[in-house]
Amino acid sequence: MHEFALAEGVISTALDVAEKEGLKRISRIGVAIGELQQIEKELFAQAITEIMPEEHPQLVDVDVDLRIEPARFRCRSCGGEFGFAEAGGELAEEESEAIHFIPELAHTYLRCPVCESPDFEVTKGRGVWIETVEGSE
Amino acid sequence: MKGDPRLSVIDRRLEKVGRIIAVTGGKGGIGKSMVSSCLALNLARSGQKVGLLDLDLTGPCDHLILGIDSPFPEEEFGLVPPLASGIRFMSITYFTGERPAPLRGTDVSNALIELLAIVQWGELDFLVIDMPPGLGDALLDALRLLRRAEFLVVSTASRVVLETVKRSLDLLGQVGVPIVGVLENMRRREGKGVEELALQNGLLFLGSLPFDEELEEALGDAEQLTQTAAASALMRVVRNALLT
Repeated sequence: MHEFALAEGVISTALDVAEKEGLKRISRIGVAIGELQQIEKELFAQAITEIMPEEHPQLVDVDVDLRIEPARFRCRSCGGEFGFAEAGGELAEEESEAIHFIPELAHTYLRCPVCESPDFEVTKGRGVWIETVEGSE
Repeated sequence: MKGDPRLSVIDRRLEKVGRIIAVTGGKGGIGKSMVSSCLALNLARSGQKVGLLDLDLTGPCDHLILGIDSPFPEEEFGLVPPLASGIRFMSITYFTGERPAPLRGTDVSNALIELLAIVQWGELDFLVIDMPPGLGDALLDALRLLRRAEFLVVSTASRVVLETVKRSLDLLGQVGVPIVGVLENMRRREGKGVEELALQNGLLFLGSLPFDEELEEALGDAEQLTQTAAASALMRVVRNALLT
């Protein structure tokens, strides 16, 4: 996912959560991102700064914490379990970029290191989710 | 887990799009990609701002039909679909080239959500979506995430196809989405099977595109495509059903 789209989605989702939970002010947003998303932390932080509204009653001095969850895969063909580096070796820049934008393309560029199958399950480290939205009521 | 941030931006990506036309039919090989591509081409030639999204993630081919060989999309707060033959075009082929994308159902669903979340369509009169065959994840996600989509249903007169298209129409009718109408493609002989199917479902019969021997030769050349009998017939459909 593109860092800007992610930042936009994070702010928008946090505001939805705050509304549901009756938070008048958000102080911290905890975001978890799977390693497979290939997000650059610095770019994400920059995107958050750009996307953050200058004046918003709920968003003043908000900390956005990003946690990267390492990716794990399980091969459906041989049952082998492996991580991102074992499956991809050294990916070309365009391959890594493709997975960054559409993580499912791991099935195009990664292979089970044991049997070379592209039919594997991503058991951890895929997706983006808001873990916590903290603030005051 | 408090929510998936990707879902919250999809509507925003499409907020400047006038109409979303999803070309579907349920069965493979009935010419949905050809219809989608020529539909987008005809709309663009009619002065409309048009986008074309090839959602057939495992068998994309709109780029081949239209001869689109654009560079990778520019990054500007997401990805901006390159302009080719007057169409803003997005396809998984920008990311895979000619390599296969062996995706299971949930992977298709996730890839589709990512695409919808990162693509900045900008201002468009029409976004044409080439739907993959089947009633699986892609169709269900289109119904769930593209709430303004109108469905243009393609069929051929083959009884095998009609049976599958009937199931698609049943589903679309049950969920109550708007249906532009039913279009007969690759018509080879007299018959009213597709028209009757449309009327039995209370839908508009959009007309018939002839089986066109010249179409294969025109593949990859947008100008030549617009000259084919099939594209000309589709232009009448565009004028009657979408631009009036």
